[in-house]
Amino acid sequence: MATGHFIEGIAGGRLSSEQYADNFSDLHPPLDHHEALVESDRCYFCYDAPCMNACPTSIDIPLFIRQIATGNPVGAAKTIFDQNILGGMCARVCPTETLCEEVCVREVAEGKPVQIGRLQRYATDVAMSEDKQFYKRAEPTGKSIAVVGAGPAGLAAAHRLARHGHDVTILEARPKAGGLNEYGIAAYKSVDDFAQAEVDYVTAIGGIDIQNGKALGRDFQLADLIRNYDAVFLGMGLGGVNALRAEGEDADGVANAVEFISELRQASDLSGLPVGRRVVVIGGGMTAIDAAVQSKLLGAEEVTICYRRGQEHMNASEFEQDLAAANGVTIRHWLQPKRVIAENGKVSAIELEYTALSGDKLVGTGETLRLNADQVFKAIGQSFVPAHLNSSAEQIELEGGRIKVDAEGRTSLAKVWAGGDCIFGGDDLTVSAVAQGRDAAESIHRALASNGRA
Amino acid sequence: MADIRNNFIGIKSPNPFWLASAPPTDKAYNVERAFKAGWGGVVWKTLGEEGPPVVNVNGPRYGAIWGADRRLLGLNNIELITDRDLQTNLREMKQVKMNWPDRALIASIMVPCVEESWKAILPLVEETGADGIELNFGCPHGMSERGMGSAVGQVPEYIEMVVRWCKQYTRMPVITKLTPNITDIRKPARAAHAGGTDAVSLINTINSITGVDLDNFAPQPTIDGKGSHGGYCGPAVKPIAMNMVAEIARDPETRGLPISGIGGITTWRDAAEFMALGAGNVQVCTAAMTYGFKIVQEMIAGLENWMDEKGHASLSDIIGRATPNVTDWQYLNLNYVAKAHIDQDACIKCGRCHIACEDTSHQAITSMVDGVRHFEVIEAECVGCNLCVNVCPVEGCITMQPLAAGVLDQRTGLPVSPIYANWTTHPNNPMAKVAAE
Repeated sequence: MATGHFIEGIAGGRLSSEQYADNFSDLHPPLDHHEALVESDRCYFCYDAPCMNACPTSIDIPLFIRQIATGNPVGAAKTIFDQNILGGMCARVCPTETLCEEVCVREVAEGKPVQIGRLQRYATDVAMSEDKQFYKRAEPTGKSIAVVGAGPAGLAAAHRLARHGHDVTILEARPKAGGLNEYGIAAYKSVDDFAQAEVDYVTAIGGIDIQNGKALGRDFQLADLIRNYDAVFLGMGLGGVNALRAEGEDADGVANAVEFISELRQASDLSGLPVGRRVVVIGGGMTAIDAAVQSKLLGAEEVTICYRRGQEHMNASEFEQDLAAANGVTIRHWLQPKRVIAENGKVSAIELEYTALSGDKLVGTGETLRLNADQVFKAIGQSFVPAHLNSSAEQIELEGGRIKVDAEGRTSLAKVWAGGDCIFGGDDLTVSAVAQGRDAAESIHRALASNGRA
Repeated sequence: MADIRNNFIGIKSPNPFWLASAPPTDKAYNVERAFKAGWGGVVWKTLGEEGPPVVNVNGPRYGAIWGADRRLLGLNNIELITDRDLQTNLREMKQVKMNWPDRALIASIMVPCVEESWKAILPLVEETGADGIELNFGCPHGMSERGMGSAVGQVPEYIEMVVRWCKQYTRMPVITKLTPNITDIRKPARAAHAGGTDAVSLINTINSITGVDLDNFAPQPTIDGKGSHGGYCGPAVKPIAMNMVAEIARDPETRGLPISGIGGITTWRDAAEFMALGAGNVQVCTAAMTYGFKIVQEMIAGLENWMDEKGHASLSDIIGRATPNVTDWQYLNLNYVAKAHIDQDACIKCGRCHIACEDTSHQAITSMVDGVRHFEVIEAECVGCNLCVNVCPVEGCITMQPLAAGVLDQRTGLPVSPIYANWTTHPNNPMAKVAAE
């Protein structure tokens, strides 16, 4: 154990440089050629395959696996990209254990599904390393479309629109494109700057202009877009972070997990990234796991996730929970934050209250627990910030605090579509955002093609 | 404990598993290792006549096809008979036979189709103490172009002639090895029988091209841009070999002629199947070339275990037991009705039975019932073809269940008849024989 473990408070340099490199290497190393062939042999080429039905983007999984098995990984990649142009990232970050691989008939038969995610990564890696571009743009339509946000939904929409011959301008608030793929995913899930490589791969089709540093409501207004473009796609994700609603949560050392994850992803030198000796993460989703595991990997001595409900209610998949446990993270249930305790303005502990279900309602039991902590991460969900939309004359209709869309991604405003985390009914998955962006693009294209205007 | 000692035309071996004449039996080193591993006998790699030995190609000699996980299913070779000096082989054979008196040692021979050549080599082989000889009339490449191997095996008159010479010039038992590269395997078997052979062995390898190099457009194995057909063997040829064994076993003219079964035998079960069809013992090559000599231990243990379980005391209890059940299509009972049944607990819902039946057969398996993914046989459509059983990845999940006599066949709307009736008497058969008055 490096001596850096014992530094009190929030500090960097807890580990040796080799440990940092090792800790943040690829979570699922890619399959090599031989492994891919062996694994692809396991696929039964099911009829009406359950895996395909479980995929939000409906990738023809049996077909692409058969293509790998027959020595055509490039063809396999095209099968994937036909449905999901961000198939490379989805292969890395999809919770396959709750999607395609959960329903794989070999999971049913043997408890050991075909490793669909890793095979998808194998095929897409081959095609991307050879820079195979499968799509040509249709004849220019003269139509221009604004896409707000260069995350998975926006990129998928932009690519599909560009294919149909439309010109796309993506307005992105952050300095880099990619959205949560670039800023919001644990570093060990996307190594070697893959998010940017994928953005380059997607935009190589042409006709997509990404403008960074352009935030909705700050640098431009929705009304401007509606006026200046033939159609608008909103894919700006979630801008807000839910508050703990615990006394003293503004103390030094209390931070948003999403910001921590983002900083980590952007850090060029992980040893310079400070982390607490004792870290408490409040939440039960993927973000909580990502923040907790990465805190541990940065050298925190004790990391505890506290979730206010039971294990069965956690949004984080079983795989993610196991990953956390394997990395030495303690997950505690039925605890909600009550009070952040600070010394000299800096967090020193957190007081939590035990919870229980009273009927359907979660209630505090009154009994409390105090955990020493020099860093507390809030990971209790993000929220949509509608204020940025409010400049438009007409108000866009919301549902459950997010944008309301129909089955094709149309919002209540003419000419405006939306997809990804900012819409109501989403499941906060990259792959779902891709599906929504793609489908909204098709809807936009149909609208533009049928009557020349959206 | 079942007794698996084998007595094949008077040649005794501790078990019925012999190594076939092929690369694994080319020299003392290999054969000693084989005997140590437990093989009951070997047929030494084919000897040629005195003089400069044959030469082999110096590029690839083998081609293959594979199943899932690159399991070798079929192997093809363009290797010739032994390329070692005759005297070296004879000396080694003699020494090995002395070292392993309880094992069978057979000499495979291929010399030109002239009496003098056979007359010359037989005493030399006899002097080694070999238990018998096998006449290589099967090798389909190289040697056949020189009038030997399958060039002889394809002409029944030549077979009979050479067998006669051998019976005349040696006291050793003669096994005639047959080529499958012929339309009717019974013809060469009858010829060998007529010549006085003690046994036949089959099959030798099948003419084949295993692959084409699509970069060079050359057949594989490719020698400097060209390829020739080779001899095909391994698990893929087993069904062809078993049919030929059965044809000879049930042919009235050759019934009772001992048969050494060869062709894709890989497990104890394969061996048991060959013997049930009439083979008195079996010869193995590809399985050893794929996995090494140790596989014989699985074969021995598996055969003993199965015989113990079934109460078969010795090999004579199983040899030929299936032969009477091999018949012609026209004698199959057309009143026998079976339907597929899917065990829902074993089903993993891959849907292959459905799509195979739906796309290519009789639309007799559901894919969805009450909105739920569910695969079930529709008895009124099922003709009992067995395709679903064959494409199902779970062994035992789909089974063919016969309908008892009197039960309604939902497909025909008729009760199953208890009476045996075949095509020869069927009303749709214009050649139908009128039932005896």
